[in-house]
Amino acid sequence: MEILVCVKRVPDTAENEFELNGAGNDLDRDDLVYSVNEWDNYAVEEAIQMVDNVGGSVTVVTVGDDESEEVLRREMAMGANNGVLLSDDAFEGSDGNGIASILKAEIEKGNYDLILTGAQADEGAGQVGGMVAAMLDYPYASLVNKIDIIDDKKINVGREIEGGNQEMNELQLPCVLSIQTGINEPRYVGIRGIRKVAKVDIPVKGSADLGLDADSVGAAGAKTRRVDYFVPDMGEGAEMLEGSTDEIIGKLIEKLKAKGGL
Amino acid sequence: MSSIIGPASYKLFGFFPTAVLAFIVPIVGIGAFAYIMARRIAPLVRAAPDNRLDRIDQRIKNLVIIWLGQLRQPRYMLAGVLHMVIFAGFLILSIRSTSLVVIGLSDGFVLPGFGGLVGVVYNFIKDYAATFVLVACIIAAIRRGIYKPERYAVPEKYGKDHTAEAVFVLGLISTLMISESLFEASELAYAFQLTGQEHFLAPLSLVWIFRGMLLSASSGFLQGLHIFMYFVHDLSFFFFLCFLPLGKHFHVITSLFNVFFMRVKRGNIKPVQHGIKDEELDSLESFGIKKLEDFTWKHMLDFYSCADCGRCSDQCPANAVGRPLSPRFITIKARDLMFKNYPLSGEIYKSNLLVEDIYAEDEIWSCTTCGACEAECPLGIEYIDKMVDLRRGMVDEGMVPQSLQKPLKALEKRGNPYGKMEKKRADWANDKEFKADHSIKNLGKDTAETLFFVDSITSYDDNIQEIARRTCVILEKAGVDFGILGKDEKDSGNEVLRFGEEMLYQDLKEQNTEAILESGVKQIVTADPHAYNALKNDYTGLPPVKHISQVVAQKIAAGELELLPCQEPDKVYVYHDPCYLGRHNGIYEDPRQALDAINGLTRVELEKSRDRSFCCGGGGLMLFYEPEEDTRMGVLRVNMAAEAGANVIVTACPFCLVNIQDAIKVAGKEGEIEALDFTELIGQHLQ
Repeated sequence: MEILVCVKRVPDTAENEFELNGAGNDLDRDDLVYSVNEWDNYAVEEAIQMVDNVGGSVTVVTVGDDESEEVLRREMAMGANNGVLLSDDAFEGSDGNGIASILKAEIEKGNYDLILTGAQADEGAGQVGGMVAAMLDYPYASLVNKIDIIDDKKINVGREIEGGNQEMNELQLPCVLSIQTGINEPRYVGIRGIRKVAKVDIPVKGSADLGLDADSVGAAGAKTRRVDYFVPDMGEGAEMLEGSTDEIIGKLIEKLKAKGGL
Repeated sequence: MSSIIGPASYKLFGFFPTAVLAFIVPIVGIGAFAYIMARRIAPLVRAAPDNRLDRIDQRIKNLVIIWLGQLRQPRYMLAGVLHMVIFAGFLILSIRSTSLVVIGLSDGFVLPGFGGLVGVVYNFIKDYAATFVLVACIIAAIRRGIYKPERYAVPEKYGKDHTAEAVFVLGLISTLMISESLFEASELAYAFQLTGQEHFLAPLSLVWIFRGMLLSASSGFLQGLHIFMYFVHDLSFFFFLCFLPLGKHFHVITSLFNVFFMRVKRGNIKPVQHGIKDEELDSLESFGIKKLEDFTWKHMLDFYSCADCGRCSDQCPANAVGRPLSPRFITIKARDLMFKNYPLSGEIYKSNLLVEDIYAEDEIWSCTTCGACEAECPLGIEYIDKMVDLRRGMVDEGMVPQSLQKPLKALEKRGNPYGKMEKKRADWANDKEFKADHSIKNLGKDTAETLFFVDSITSYDDNIQEIARRTCVILEKAGVDFGILGKDEKDSGNEVLRFGEEMLYQDLKEQNTEAILESGVKQIVTADPHAYNALKNDYTGLPPVKHISQVVAQKIAAGELELLPCQEPDKVYVYHDPCYLGRHNGIYEDPRQALDAINGLTRVELEKSRDRSFCCGGGGLMLFYEPEEDTRMGVLRVNMAAEAGANVIVTACPFCLVNIQDAIKVAGKEGEIEALDFTELIGQHLQ
């Protein structure tokens, strides 16, 4: 099975303290450390496990600048066979639609049975997977937490539904899936693993290589534009109860009674 | 009637010379033994290299103390003393057994030098030796077979019970003792009947008793018994020799070598591969232990040498709290695999990935590397290096629990397991109250004699930062000119190394080494025993490193630091030895001396203290690991302190403090017992 996994380099939430930049339209990105978007890591692990079972190869692709190469190497250290970096000045400022268009162009150059993305990334829009599927006219399942390969034509895909229910769907290949965390336990990638793939060639493709009109992507092609970015003011209603554990419990019971909760 | 006929001259049924048997038995026995040993050595030849010929003086010392002197044995009094008796008896009787083999071929043979007085004295001693060994065997057999100490039980998941083998061997040893004594007693009784002369014998020894019993036996019976007992002894002896390498009694042969080659340095971790320098690590195809042959030959010798006494597991804190780890079975399972893959005859089998085959991932992650097992083993068997090597293999295969992946990644990106910003590493010094009176030099800009290496937990953990501040106050009072590295300091990597992430450790080590050397300090002080251990035993080329308790003890002794009388004289204090200060570095007395320098402070000792200290739960990355366990190590430790009658547990390690403080809450002992760091207690008593 030929699997393509779309990954993204994001500021690591666990290892950063986020502050807004002076202009107030983005994070202050000095001093941030980056890593692979967590959901993408699960998608790559799942792809590697599928290929281990049924054969084939895993390719990881990202849209980004030169520095994004590091996340491709990390995923290759995990076990992905190939990496492709889609990078072009013209891609800068792309909205979700733009990113999906770039990925679509790359996907059409290959012969993939399965396209995986993380369910969402740092910005939480969760839009690219669905858009890619729509552009390619492929079947799509989101928030996937289980994949069973039936044969080389179809797969069974599990999705977690609100309230903890589970749904299973049969999908025709090729298809696009967005992967939820928890589908597996991604393997560890150490410094040694990354060094081993440090010299592997990773092709870089720009808009010309992909046959894209530079005006259709990037800031020029974006139909959505971020106009503000801020930390909301602390709302009313939150109250810290203080005192010993017993006092806190007492106060809490009183409050619940007063509000009719007990 | 002439004197009794020995096996060298006796003719069975009047025609068959028993000398033939006395010749064949040793030949077959030694031949079989040589063959078995050759098969047993086969895996060692294919094992990883190991340099064990350094520090010969220390090795000889170990041999004298631990092997010959058996000084680790009485740590378990009854079993230990029984073993010492049997061991001493074996050494003494080995001479007798050797000469007996030759006596079968040459009547009245005496080993060179054993004629005359030496022989008389030797015979006197060996008769008692045989007697004591027999008595020890009987007590040991009753103990193993009837009382069955819990330590020897084999949980079902680990295989079959080993009691049968133990009792069988005790029977075999008893047979040797009895047959040897009867062989001699029958001859002496015969001689007495003939001459009426009573040969002097050690009173109440086995031979003495047997001779008394046989005095009235017929001469024909005595002759028959003499020959029969000779061959009972001869056959038992060679059977025993060949039986030894087949199970846990292999230690009778291997212990000499195992103790000689045992760990002589403390606190360090073996290199990924002996003979490969740190700079060459990238050239290695694979890291750590993945299959059987990745163990070093010494580690395989450890497996062969285990006597299955269960002391390691009895001391193991992971085992005590029900984690899926019992060091004894780390060894036994590997030995079983060695026996299976390298059978006595036929083809040698290939090893599978050990962590899937005989070990489980959680088993290997459960170890806190506290070293209690190694301090206990009477045979010098090692565990920490094996655990680390197995973890190196797992890290190389990507088999790292999610709970550890996050802190490891943070260490890679930020140099601390919490993922906090580098520039905030010295924020503990910005505490308002502290800053008003103290200004700490940053060695990035200033210079100082001494570096205070803070390490990650003390730098970033809100509750622990106080240790950093107290350490500074103590150093100031003691007149030490010191500074810190601030953002240039990275995690010492003590646990990064011990959790098998070698390359990340190398990275941290390089960054720290460079920063420390650039600062130009003459010595390093830390309040974190894990940092102390890493800088002292794992890093190379650094200025000398001291733990704050050493500095305090030395300054008190030199009269440069005076402490106030105990501020809370009604409390009872107990000192908990941190593993990385005590067992791994031998610092037991300095913190105790410092505590005892506080006038009016009542201090009790834990039953498990010094090299038998019980791990609080582990430090560094172990704080992030989520083990399966029935209770916490810290909870057991807090209960031990309560039993000792203490209401203040003083420790000298930030991780111990975290674990014990948490454990006091879990154990429901808040208000009854409190935990204090050494620096806090000393800080309270500064003049």
